[in-house]
Amino acid sequence: MDYAATTPVDPKVLEEMKPYFSKRFGNASSLHSMGQEAKKAMEYSRSKAADLINAELREIIFTSGGTEANNFALKGVAYANRDKGNHIITSAIEHHAILDPLKWLEKNGFDVTILPVDKYGLVRPEQVADAITPKTTLVSIMAANNEIGTIEPIKEIGEICKDHDVYFHTDAVQAVGKIPIDVERMNIDLLSMSAHKIYGPKGVGYLYVRNGVKIDPLLHGGGQEFGLRSTTENVAGIVGFGKAIELRKREMYKEAERLKVLNDRMIKDILKIESSYLNGHPIKRLYNNANFHFDFIEGESLILRLDAKGIEASTGSACSSTSLEPSHVLLAIGLRHEQAHGSLRLTIGKWTKRSDVNYVTKVLPEVVEKLREISPFKKSW
Amino acid sequence: MYTEKVLEHFKNPHNYGRIENADGVGRVGNLLCGDIMILYIKVKKNKTGKEIIDDVKFETFGCAAAISTSSITTDLVKGKTLEDAMKIDNKAIVKSLGGLPPIKIHCSILASDALKEAIYDYYKKMGRHISEGLERVHQRIQRDLEKVKHMHEELG
Repeated sequence: MDYAATTPVDPKVLEEMKPYFSKRFGNASSLHSMGQEAKKAMEYSRSKAADLINAELREIIFTSGGTEANNFALKGVAYANRDKGNHIITSAIEHHAILDPLKWLEKNGFDVTILPVDKYGLVRPEQVADAITPKTTLVSIMAANNEIGTIEPIKEIGEICKDHDVYFHTDAVQAVGKIPIDVERMNIDLLSMSAHKIYGPKGVGYLYVRNGVKIDPLLHGGGQEFGLRSTTENVAGIVGFGKAIELRKREMYKEAERLKVLNDRMIKDILKIESSYLNGHPIKRLYNNANFHFDFIEGESLILRLDAKGIEASTGSACSSTSLEPSHVLLAIGLRHEQAHGSLRLTIGKWTKRSDVNYVTKVLPEVVEKLREISPFKKSW
Repeated sequence: MYTEKVLEHFKNPHNYGRIENADGVGRVGNLLCGDIMILYIKVKKNKTGKEIIDDVKFETFGCAAAISTSSITTDLVKGKTLEDAMKIDNKAIVKSLGGLPPIKIHCSILASDALKEAIYDYYKKMGRHISEGLERVHQRIQRDLEKVKHMHEELG
């Protein structure tokens, strides 16, 4: 029930990767046949990655994951376009892998505008248009939110950016392989993606960089990845990523239908619990994401009690974070502190069965009830 | 992350609930994370005429650490004289649980504060003299509680 955090590697993906550890271990930069074999396998993955989002081969730069792709996009574009301006626009509900690099850029002389979102977590495209100044070089808005599942109007935002001649980056880690993404149709200039969210291995991702976008590399060295990301490539990881993407393309639509039915059912059943609320948009949301808050109880307690019953979930509660701050996403959609405190995220995936969902909807009301018995909030102060 | 003892108290907390006609009630709030704890005590005199905590219950809105520190505190004070109960500090609570993660130490302070505040409430109701030290603790707890209430109403 925590597929948005990470997913297991598909056995088919693992099989594909295996030979590239010790049998076909070649360095893709070597001229001999083993090196060229590695190179070929990597390029095959690149073609799969490009194909899924309607990009060109040359536009996919493999990275160590989503966080690196985001850092690369933001810092790379910010520094390469300093002659044009120093202003970047983003939203309040981005992942920390966007907000933290932007904080760092702010410290280094860049200006960042953080757009607020509505109660569903939606960014309004007009807000983006209003925020653009002659100094704006980049807009970064996520395709779908990792916590509340809200799907952002990226096509509209992409159009606005194109009209204003500003680069548009989207963190699509939760979206690619789940919903259709087309970089041409959606006017996306840069896009971050990660393998471990789609049944691929951890430690590999990519940044899509549209041909002609001015960007500086993060890693300088041997000139791999078209000179944009030096370091010997993670061949096995990239091969696995390619296989995972290939499988997504094949399974995505069928799985979407199945999961949507399960998810809708789960949401409907869980909302029968007294004083429970859905976080995020009722319709414009990822079909595998359900996020709630329950009055009078705290999320970490909820997670640990569910864990004891064999259910893995996550929360935006302050108590579960290292900073003791509640989720910035939940606060941004207007939840009060104690509401964010009582949040629960359930995300389903490929191997979630109907019986799993039924089990959750049976156990959750009992657990909520038990914690409410302990809580002082059930009565007035 | 948590010790077995913490998880044991979290899964099966002792003495949770409310005492309707409690002799002392301690309400405390945690500024760091917004947790709330209420401790109820019932006091009676033992054979030697000393006041002891005859019954104790808690209600907590918070994480596993907050719930387990509440639970163990009720175990630690039950049957103790008020004087001895006052000596139980957060270190004793942490020790009884076999330790807490550093970021959760504040939960043990919440529990020891709730205990002191319940005893303060009892003394106050009985018109007893309150030591300067306990009065200072009470003032601090009340200031924090106001801020936490404000946090719950305003934050976000």
